[in-house]
Amino acid sequence: MSDLKITRLHKRYGLVPAVRGIDLDVPSGEFTVLVGPSGCGKSTLLRMIAGLEEISEGTIEIGGRVVNHVRPRDRDIAMVFQNYALYPYMNVFENIAFGLRARKTPQDEIQKRVKRAAEMLAITGLLDRLPRQLSGGQRQRVAIGRAIVRNAKLFLFDEPLSNLDAQLRDEMRSEIKRLHQELGTTMIYVTHDQIEAMTLADRIVLLKDGLIEQAGTPLDLYERPATRFVAGFLGSPKMNFIPADYVRDGSGAAVKFADGTALALPRGPEGNRPVVFGIRPQHFSRDPGSLSGQAARVRATVELLQPTGSRAFITFPLGGKPIMAELASHDVQGPGESLDLYMDIGRAVLIDPETGRVL
Amino acid sequence: MSAVETKPLLQRPGTRLAIRYAIAIVLTVIFVFPIYWLFMISFKTPAEIFAFPPKWYASKLQFGNYVGLFKDGDAVSVLNSLILAGTSTVIAMVLGTMAAYSLVRFKTGGENLAVWIISQRMVPPIAIIFPVFLLYVFFGWVDTYHGLIILYTAFNLPYVIWMMRGYIEDIPLELEESALVDGWTRWQVLWRVVFPMARTGLFATAVFTFVFAWNDFIFALVLTRTEVITYTVQVTHYFGGQSNFWAKIAAMSVLGTLPVFVAVAFMQRYLVRGISMGAVKG
Ligand SMILES: Nc1ncnc2c1ncn2[C@@H]1O[C@H](COP(=O)(O)OP(=O)(O)OP(=O)(O)O)[C@@H](O)[C@H]1O
Ligand SMILES: [Mg+2]
Repeated sequence: MSDLKITRLHKRYGLVPAVRGIDLDVPSGEFTVLVGPSGCGKSTLLRMIAGLEEISEGTIEIGGRVVNHVRPRDRDIAMVFQNYALYPYMNVFENIAFGLRARKTPQDEIQKRVKRAAEMLAITGLLDRLPRQLSGGQRQRVAIGRAIVRNAKLFLFDEPLSNLDAQLRDEMRSEIKRLHQELGTTMIYVTHDQIEAMTLADRIVLLKDGLIEQAGTPLDLYERPATRFVAGFLGSPKMNFIPADYVRDGSGAAVKFADGTALALPRGPEGNRPVVFGIRPQHFSRDPGSLSGQAARVRATVELLQPTGSRAFITFPLGGKPIMAELASHDVQGPGESLDLYMDIGRAVLIDPETGRVL
Repeated sequence: MSAVETKPLLQRPGTRLAIRYAIAIVLTVIFVFPIYWLFMISFKTPAEIFAFPPKWYASKLQFGNYVGLFKDGDAVSVLNSLILAGTSTVIAMVLGTMAAYSLVRFKTGGENLAVWIISQRMVPPIAIIFPVFLLYVFFGWVDTYHGLIILYTAFNLPYVIWMMRGYIEDIPLELEESALVDGWTRWQVLWRVVFPMARTGLFATAVFTFVFAWNDFIFALVLTRTEVITYTVQVTHYFGGQSNFWAKIAAMSVLGTLPVFVAVAFMQRYLVRGISMGAVKG
């Protein structure tokens, strides 16, 4: 049973398309993250689900019912907004209870539910305060409290953490994840932050220019990206891309870079062609034994070293491009150093430079 | 000798403060004096009013002039003004806020409608009073409450719409959307989110709307006869060909000033904020 089913959904603002044909099925209880660069249509899609934006074409079903023309209040959804949307003239209790009052919930039931939500979010002591007397993180908790007291079928979040500082964001991220586990409600979460997407999602839906670029589990998208865009979007630091010539002859498959470096590949498609060779910084190591698959050795002259504690990022030239690799801190001394690195060549991706699709 | 004492008198801090206060007091006296004089005349007996040299204060607080106004039924005109200004303000605020909401949130009429609406406010009353009079004679609305209420409402609506449009534009859209998702209807959102959020502007606008209707003279003069005389028209009856009834003029003027005093006193907090908000918004 799916809680949300979207079919060939389009949204045009005048002549400008914002969403250009999206099909999506969200199973009950799943945490789906809509992620993508700014302007790709995430908010538009979410707002159409909420009923705040008219649908140009296609259908949205919630709980098996087509809701295209159903008012937001009758869709049984709860939504958390980026700017919290708290009412400055009501105290925290009233803010949380606001949706319950709309539904004429009995007073004792309101008391009970607000109290329980406040306990879950550790804001019981703040119920008498006004929103302006709260910190950003506390406001965000109140906004989430407003959503959870409603017991809605579907939770929508539009970049709820983007106004918080980094530390608070980490904290609230775990909080939201825990809430989802406790409540088991279907949640749809919009973010442009790929780390949020990776850590929160049961399933990531990566959008680009109003279309779904790829959807799947975080690991799916990370390990088997369908396009260069997906490969580059997920993972930090970004995947390295090097233009190369792909050759396949009797001795096997290989890529050759502009600087003459050639790397043998464990497998590859038929035919010779220009490709873009992609490898993640995490798939380098000083020790070939630590790699899961076939190792390819490259000589690296460290140009830049960025230590981050236990790990360090080095930049070195390969195939005429600056390449980033992630190593253990004690594996590298400093810039100018020359080292042998091993690449987990089986995890490299070959991309068609014209279509951007992974071969 | 210390440095402060060697400074010329005019440059010493204490002196400058004293000068500032002196100027402020003089200005206040100049502005407040006519109002003081008005109050005093209203308490004086006819003999005192014309005493020469003038008496600066009433010898005792006697309410004879006021009692006279109430006995003759002249004071009813203040009640009439209250009814007309109050009712038209409430109606203009409700309709105007709804119209402004529609302009802002649903882009009703596009960009131009709002400008057209405010341009209606620029019509000088005197320019339309003749056609309005003919129309009202035709409808039988002359000398009626609803006739003037409709006219005041119509005249104030553009102002209310224009002002409220600015205040509503300042309300974050998310507050309303969040309420809609939470289960409230548009009308409930208007009542529970838009009104409280625009409260300051709402009160400030209402005061100005009220004062406009309260101060109206020209419409009331032309469109009333005997039934619905307003206080502004009533006061003119005391200026006679031979003599002026200063006691009545003063007492009636005090009665006519009081409601505005009260309104402004209660709304002062909102007025200051509301006006400056509007000023920034433009
Ligand atoms: N009201 C509107 N009128 C016209 N165009 C709009 C409107 N709202 C959004 N758009 C356009 O639709 C596209 C998608 O916008 P949307 O807000 O969904 O992006 P987003 O993915 O949420 O981006 P962000 O990460 O910046 O929030 C953008 O190109 C945007 O300019
Ligand atoms: Mg957005």
